[in-house]
Amino acid sequence: MSSPIVKLILQRLALGVLLLLAVSILIFVGTEILPGDVAQSILGQSATPQSLANLREQLGLDDPAYVRYFRWLGGLLTGDLGNALTSGLPIASAISGRLANTLFLAATAAVIAVPLAILLGLLAVRYRNGPIDKAISAFALASTSFPEFFIGYLLVYFFAVKWQIFPAISTVFDGMSFWERLQAVALPATALTLVVLAHMMRMTRAAILNVMQSAYIETAELKGLRPLEVIRKHAFPNAIAPVVNVVMLNLAYLIVGVVVVEVIFVYPGMGQYLVDHVTKRDVPVVQAVGLIFAAVYIILNIVADIAAIVANPRLRHPK
Amino acid sequence: MLDIKRIPPGAWIGLVLTGFFVFCAVFAPVIAPYGNAEIVGDVWAPMSADHWLGTDNLGRDLLSRMIYGARVTILIAVLATALAFSLGSIMGFTAAVVGGWFDTLVSRFVDLLMSIPTLIFALVVLSVLPSNIVTLILVMGILDSTRVYRLSRAVAVDINVMDFVEAAKLRGEGRGWIIFREILPNALSPLVSELGLRFIYAVLFLSALSFLGLGVQPPAADWGGMVKENKDGIVFGIPAALIPAGAIAALAISVNLVADWILNRTTDLKGGRGNG
Amino acid sequence: MADKPAKESKSGRLLDIRNLRIEATVYPPGEAPRNVTLVDDVSLTLERGKVLGLIGESGAGKSTIGLSSMGYGRGGVRITGGEVILNGRDILKGGRSGIRKIRGREVCYVAQSAAAAFNPAHQLMDQVVEAALLHGTARRAEAEKRAVTLFRKLGLPDPDNIGRRYPHQVSGGQLQRVMTAMALCSEPDLIVFDEPTTALDVTTQIDVLAAIRDAIRDTGVAALYITHDLAVVAQVADEIMVLRHGKLVEWGGTRQIIKEPRQQYTNALVSVHEIEHQEKKPTDHPFLSVKNVTASYGNGQVKVLKNVSVDIHPGQTLAVVGESGSGKSTLARAITGLLPPMEGSITFGGKELSNALSGRSKEDLRQLQMVYQMADVAMNPRQPVATIIGRPLEFYFGMRGKERDRRVAELLDKIEMGKGFADRYPAELSGGQKQRVCIARALAARPKLIICDEVTSALDPLVANGILKLLLGLQAEEDVAYLFITHDLATVKSIADSIAVMYRGEIVRYGPKSEVLAPPFDPYTDLLLSSVPEMEIGWLDKAIASRRMESAGN
Repeated sequence: MSSPIVKLILQRLALGVLLLLAVSILIFVGTEILPGDVAQSILGQSATPQSLANLREQLGLDDPAYVRYFRWLGGLLTGDLGNALTSGLPIASAISGRLANTLFLAATAAVIAVPLAILLGLLAVRYRNGPIDKAISAFALASTSFPEFFIGYLLVYFFAVKWQIFPAISTVFDGMSFWERLQAVALPATALTLVVLAHMMRMTRAAILNVMQSAYIETAELKGLRPLEVIRKHAFPNAIAPVVNVVMLNLAYLIVGVVVVEVIFVYPGMGQYLVDHVTKRDVPVVQAVGLIFAAVYIILNIVADIAAIVANPRLRHPK
Repeated sequence: MLDIKRIPPGAWIGLVLTGFFVFCAVFAPVIAPYGNAEIVGDVWAPMSADHWLGTDNLGRDLLSRMIYGARVTILIAVLATALAFSLGSIMGFTAAVVGGWFDTLVSRFVDLLMSIPTLIFALVVLSVLPSNIVTLILVMGILDSTRVYRLSRAVAVDINVMDFVEAAKLRGEGRGWIIFREILPNALSPLVSELGLRFIYAVLFLSALSFLGLGVQPPAADWGGMVKENKDGIVFGIPAALIPAGAIAALAISVNLVADWILNRTTDLKGGRGNG
Repeated sequence: MADKPAKESKSGRLLDIRNLRIEATVYPPGEAPRNVTLVDDVSLTLERGKVLGLIGESGAGKSTIGLSSMGYGRGGVRITGGEVILNGRDILKGGRSGIRKIRGREVCYVAQSAAAAFNPAHQLMDQVVEAALLHGTARRAEAEKRAVTLFRKLGLPDPDNIGRRYPHQVSGGQLQRVMTAMALCSEPDLIVFDEPTTALDVTTQIDVLAAIRDAIRDTGVAALYITHDLAVVAQVADEIMVLRHGKLVEWGGTRQIIKEPRQQYTNALVSVHEIEHQEKKPTDHPFLSVKNVTASYGNGQVKVLKNVSVDIHPGQTLAVVGESGSGKSTLARAITGLLPPMEGSITFGGKELSNALSGRSKEDLRQLQMVYQMADVAMNPRQPVATIIGRPLEFYFGMRGKERDRRVAELLDKIEMGKGFADRYPAELSGGQKQRVCIARALAARPKLIICDEVTSALDPLVANGILKLLLGLQAEEDVAYLFITHDLATVKSIADSIAVMYRGEIVRYGPKSEVLAPPFDPYTDLLLSSVPEMEIGWLDKAIASRRMESAGN
């Protein structure tokens, strides 16, 4: 590892930290400065002015915005996400189990989707413009046009109701075995997979195609290498970076899909928690969960960038 | 100069279906057999001669609600897309041609907005804003304009450095001629096909929000909201929720087909001649 | 088919291509796919150790024929007829695995752009020995030793260690030599050179050309040498085959082709640079003077023009020559005001021009017009020819309607294109026609000066020749001056009245053509002049020898 790479990676990480700070400000500003009064929403329309004033003081709402922001940020950094308005309970403890559930669901979907997408992308490139390629791109068109809940309820309607293979509602609880958990998330994970598969496959196809059309692939063919050797020795090392990039970007896309899918299958994860509390206008919960989602998204993007930096031979072997 | 025989079958399907949905939306009160909120039968009655698509969770005619739903869905999506487009493309073109601090400032702000997943950001903002259609259109339009901004800026920057634009600058042409006569005609075809994609995105986004209960509020309903109303029937084997969900998919696919065709038709042109 | 027949001897027939026919399917957007014939009934034979030059303009099918000797069709190209007999058997009948055994072993390939043809992820040595190891013609240690010997023979710096470098760490001219070493490393019978020096600067080209020629001679390998430049191929080839539109035009010994061409087309190719041009003497009153101009990019970070002064006289041509990075195009940008100079001044018709574009009057702008290298992107693809040529008429002279149309027709006439082209779009024109329209657009403003930035370098030689003749004719009619920027000295000789030679942002030699091109030369001009290939057998040896004497003398 040489110094320009280390420098670039550090730069990217620093940029990421800066971006996270900026996002936290944006989320804070977006929820605190826009019209709407937290005290009013907690106590409802019938609250007396006195009780409103008391609650405002208790919540520290009378302090200037920047003081409240730094108090909130300080709490976040020390692991104190504050208390939910509706239940009064600490947000951190409510989230921890749900975060694990969401990560489990997303990971299951990723484990299926990533290899499948790369495989199908490769097939599409291998049989470019042939029937397989056309079928794959037709599937991609359909699947990018389908809303998540259409896919989700189709799965429920057939697999849970008509054929009764999997449960329609994904209940998970402590003490479930790994196998039972897998069975519980089978349908939501399939739905999520279908949601991201098309994008991932299309982008993988484009990335590999780009590499396969390089002049050095022709050079390798003209040396008499077998097609598989050409791919293994000459295409693969150059395709890693773009493919990793594609995968990371689409994992970030999973985060959006997970919100809707959790609601469809009543799965106790972060997405459902967020939607519940948006409906209840519970601002502290929305701020905290929104920031966690944004942070995961940003981190995945940083990983994608770093992967691209590390895989670039020009940067690994500077002049 | 459009030759009807040259339209490929995919585009035909797209055009006909899109036209059908738009027709339903425009003439909803005329063609809907029942009123939108009118309770006309049992809860979740199956399909019959009286109720072609059956009835919904409150016993309202599903077909009529689908037709009115088309109106709400398409109207909001069109307005949000229009907002996203005018805001995004004006800012994008201006940033590309003006450059300097204006470009840097707007571009960095757009980067920031795009570093948060759109749905998450919309949820955060909707937790404090009043639930009505205007809010919905503003939130959707502004968030989506970031993508239009990026595209139109990139396209304009690319064209702006081409020799024919330089030739116009050397001739002494004003900024108006350069934007409207040199850059815009060449930026049009990527923008038009993007218009289709942004519209699809707006439909899907609106449906997701309504499905989560944060979009159009009852008793009015778009298709996403109708999925939410009827979703509990699914576990009893009642497919009412699948109909609006399928309609969203059909609308998205047909617009996609049309956008694809327009993109193919205009990018390969022999110069200014469309060859369709 | 599996095994390579033993080499009979050093003489005898190596390659025999009979009635070759090559087709491709093109997919014009919006239309039904159709077949086009790229190569039609071409036959050739090549003896062991001989070099055959394949020459022609773009679309002549020369690369396609070259690659057919490896059984390879680029991007959907299919060999649909004929035989390719190599070492006594038809390789087209050997199937995929049979062809793979030939590629990289009996026939190797050297591409035009070595920079793109090397895999950026691997060290050069691994790529150079790959084919030899794959076909089992050498063990690794042996192959690497052979590679180092070849690196040394081809004049690469630090031959023992250069193999450990990655492609991006090595310059373009050096990569081209490494690619030649890669081809030679498998000790093949035949190497296909596909325009190996076309992308290089002229002073680099001569060294690479000499290295390739010596390597071919010393190893006794046979070669197909593909190029569009007859003067280049005359230095390396024993025989030359002239191709046009996929058909054979003429085939003969190198001397016969360049001295006594039998076909009219060959004759045109041979005499392409011979334009008679009577040099005009500089006047006392140049209308445009560039005085001590210094310009830079990035706020003075990189100085690309250093203290440059030139004069342009009415109705005359100043040619600015130099290699890539010499600052010649920057000079044009400084004069037009696109890159305002940091120091120095530009006077036009006795008064000083504003440095920045925004400070110039419409009249100043009208007097200075520009024609670009890439005519494709210099015209708005959404405007028809009438609008492209008509706009300056409207803009500068307020011409409208019939008056404008009449003038557009006149201008089309001047550039030897008919009225029928007025409603065509740029994409419907050929390369030469596009450049003509750009010239008409410049002419429409009735300028005193047209800046021509490499206007012929993207065109085939015969087309370029036509453009040069047109420019000279127009100069005589309209009394317009040209600032002619080019890297090609042959062009300069045909068109210039005075010449400025640029090197690293400075003018190293400047004056009337006859003086600049007459000795004694400064070292750079000498290098540049001696590097331009001449259509003469044995030129390369003379050029290298004279350069050696020069460097020995210094």
